[in-house]
Amino acid sequence: MNFDFSDEQKQMRDEARKFLAEKCPPKAVREVLDGKAPYDKELWKGLAEMGFLGITIPEQFGGAGAGHLELCVIAEEMGRANAPVPFSSTVYLAAEALLLAGSEAQKQKWLPKIASGEAIGTLALFEGKGNPSPKTIKLQASGGTLNGVKKPVPDGAIADFAVVAARTGSTVRDSDIALFLVDLKAGGVEAKPLTNIDPTRGQAELTFTNAKAEPLGAAGEGWSILTQVLDRAAVLLAFEQVGGSDRALEMGRDYALDRIAFGRPIGSFQAVKHMLADMYVSATLARSNCYYGAWALSTNAAELPEAAAAARISATQAFQHCSKNNIQVHGGMGFTWEFDCHMYYRRANATALTLGSLSYWEDQLIDRMRKKNAA
Amino acid sequence: MNFDDTPQEAEFRSLARKWIDANAPKQYEAELSKSSLGRIRLEKEDIVDVGKAWQKKKADGGWACLHWPKEYGGRGASPIEKVIWQQEEGVYGKLTQPFQIGEGMCGPTVMAFGSEEHKRHYLPKLASGEHIWCQLFSEPAGGSDVAGLRTRAEKKGDNWIVNGQKIWTSGAHYSDCGLLITRTDPNVPKHKGLTMFFLDMKSKGVEVRPIKQANGMQEFNEVYFTDVVIPDSQRLGAVGDGWNVSLTTLMNERMSIGSRLATGFPEMFEFCSNLMTDDGLAIDDPATRSKLASWAVKASGLKYTSYRAISSLSKGERPGPENSIGKLVSGSMLQDIATYAMDLQGAAGALTGADEEAARGQFQQMLLSSPSMRIAGGTDEILRNIIAERVLGLPGDIRVDKDVPFSKIPTKGR
Repeated sequence: MNFDFSDEQKQMRDEARKFLAEKCPPKAVREVLDGKAPYDKELWKGLAEMGFLGITIPEQFGGAGAGHLELCVIAEEMGRANAPVPFSSTVYLAAEALLLAGSEAQKQKWLPKIASGEAIGTLALFEGKGNPSPKTIKLQASGGTLNGVKKPVPDGAIADFAVVAARTGSTVRDSDIALFLVDLKAGGVEAKPLTNIDPTRGQAELTFTNAKAEPLGAAGEGWSILTQVLDRAAVLLAFEQVGGSDRALEMGRDYALDRIAFGRPIGSFQAVKHMLADMYVSATLARSNCYYGAWALSTNAAELPEAAAAARISATQAFQHCSKNNIQVHGGMGFTWEFDCHMYYRRANATALTLGSLSYWEDQLIDRMRKKNAA
Repeated sequence: MNFDDTPQEAEFRSLARKWIDANAPKQYEAELSKSSLGRIRLEKEDIVDVGKAWQKKKADGGWACLHWPKEYGGRGASPIEKVIWQQEEGVYGKLTQPFQIGEGMCGPTVMAFGSEEHKRHYLPKLASGEHIWCQLFSEPAGGSDVAGLRTRAEKKGDNWIVNGQKIWTSGAHYSDCGLLITRTDPNVPKHKGLTMFFLDMKSKGVEVRPIKQANGMQEFNEVYFTDVVIPDSQRLGAVGDGWNVSLTTLMNERMSIGSRLATGFPEMFEFCSNLMTDDGLAIDDPATRSKLASWAVKASGLKYTSYRAISSLSKGERPGPENSIGKLVSGSMLQDIATYAMDLQGAAGALTGADEEAARGQFQQMLLSSPSMRIAGGTDEILRNIIAERVLGLPGDIRVDKDVPFSKIPTKGR
């Protein structure tokens, strides 16, 4: 059994960590947090130069042609660094959708631009409150144009193109939903930035008015493709969450070692120790579930739907738990703007909702386990 | 990343599988498969007798205590081969329960500190199941604080005279030998005055009394020592070095990788999939689904954490500290699952008769037994301390009794 990343993949992780420690220190994250820029453009450029934006994009489209395991180790580091860039929307959502369902021409048009950092992509799925479901999609597609409103759309205000879920029929059936590719700079789409709990990751409202759109994937398969994209993104985002969990745990541990109260390091008090031990437990469970997700993703295994849901749930719980208790370990200082704890708390709770909330994925997991048991 | 055996591992697995297929006591397979939680029992036979027969057969075939050297009754196998054997042994591994303390803790301690003569005499007997060993560490005054133990050993000529009491000793009533830690010098700080021995459990002055547990069963014992004579040759390690010797024993306890801990999740998932409530199947209820999902990812998280450790072994590396979370997670999970399974049954959840169709009494039994899972082999709190101190590197607690002579440590809180 070799249920671990290879030495080359670990080396890649180390490189990414080094790169991000240098190019994405908390100070850089704060630039975006404080609203001085919508995202870190320099970092985005650097990620392109490192080849991280096109890891899974085939060489013929300007990428590195590597596998998803490589992307997983980069994702972990992006989460650990709290990187304020549209990595997840561009790489996990838009690029994955293109790789899964894009025509040769569509791939040719967008993938090289993703790899080079020229194009930011996203997935426009939600229309107000609610979790992924064909029922919630009202945005209408007809005659090659889209009309309707999407929100929240991750990185919608800075994106160059979007994969859009739209309605082509009037029933709640999956087959009445189709995916479209929209060039957001070609007119017909108005983007309005929305404030959200994590300003380091932008959200927007996109209004489509007779916006030109081309179909992505075969007619009637929109929902099925979308489900696959969400599963893949769930694994990748879970790695970001695991990276964030580990960083929050480390921050708490380091503070507990440094901070003296009652004449001793607070890390010698069992109340603090046990809190940190529990954080280690949830981070470890999440990491192990994520490894299984990574295996399923990289081999396109039949187990992927179940593995993705498990990784997503476990990593969401771990990041929320670790980031919350990291503030608690820091006491009053943890509640200041000056300390970095809140940046992870914000990211943890925003990430928990981006692909559908925890309760949605819990529901998915149980459905998928039942399906497997019935088979 | 893959779950495949290396060619050598595959060869070993096929060898083990063939041998087990030809030799395992298949007449007990169904019964052993059913007893996934709590005490393992066989309807018509004594589990210790059946276990001894299986252990003997394994020893004769060269499949007992695999990771031990051949001259002491083992096979000289690698850690990953031991894991593969456990996977292949499957339900029959439950028959080895009476020998686990001997194989995992007492044997390795004797191997590290015993004389060559003792090793050649005792270890093969332990490996073949002829002798069962127990571990006599805990005392009424020293549970989590093992070093607070009070059982005295006093030197008299070439012998030691032991007086005192041990508690929570699994299997003492059927054990032949015991690993015993005693206090030999009460006038030095507590960790420094301890000495380790092994003894014949049939020695004069040893009295074993079963403890009736909170769940109504009797698995543990109290063991009383009244002027028990132990020859100095049965001392393990130097006089006063018992604490260090005990660390060898306990380290081996925590190395039990690959032995899957029960979480209760598969039973709970099946139960909820079939339980009809007033509002339909339990598994269709959103609150129940949410709980099930959280338990599911804990169970799978533990499974894949152990896979990570097995992968390290396969590469010839030492597994990381991840495996220390196993008992901490599974113990409270069993308790939570049992509580919720009963909640779903309403007032009838309290009934325990075997004819109660809904759960056949299994969750009620789980509820009553689960507190021990959170205490035995290191309480949840001690395990959290271990993770915090050894994995995260946090400072140890301030120990007020550390430099005080043992005889001066207060014995009552008020």
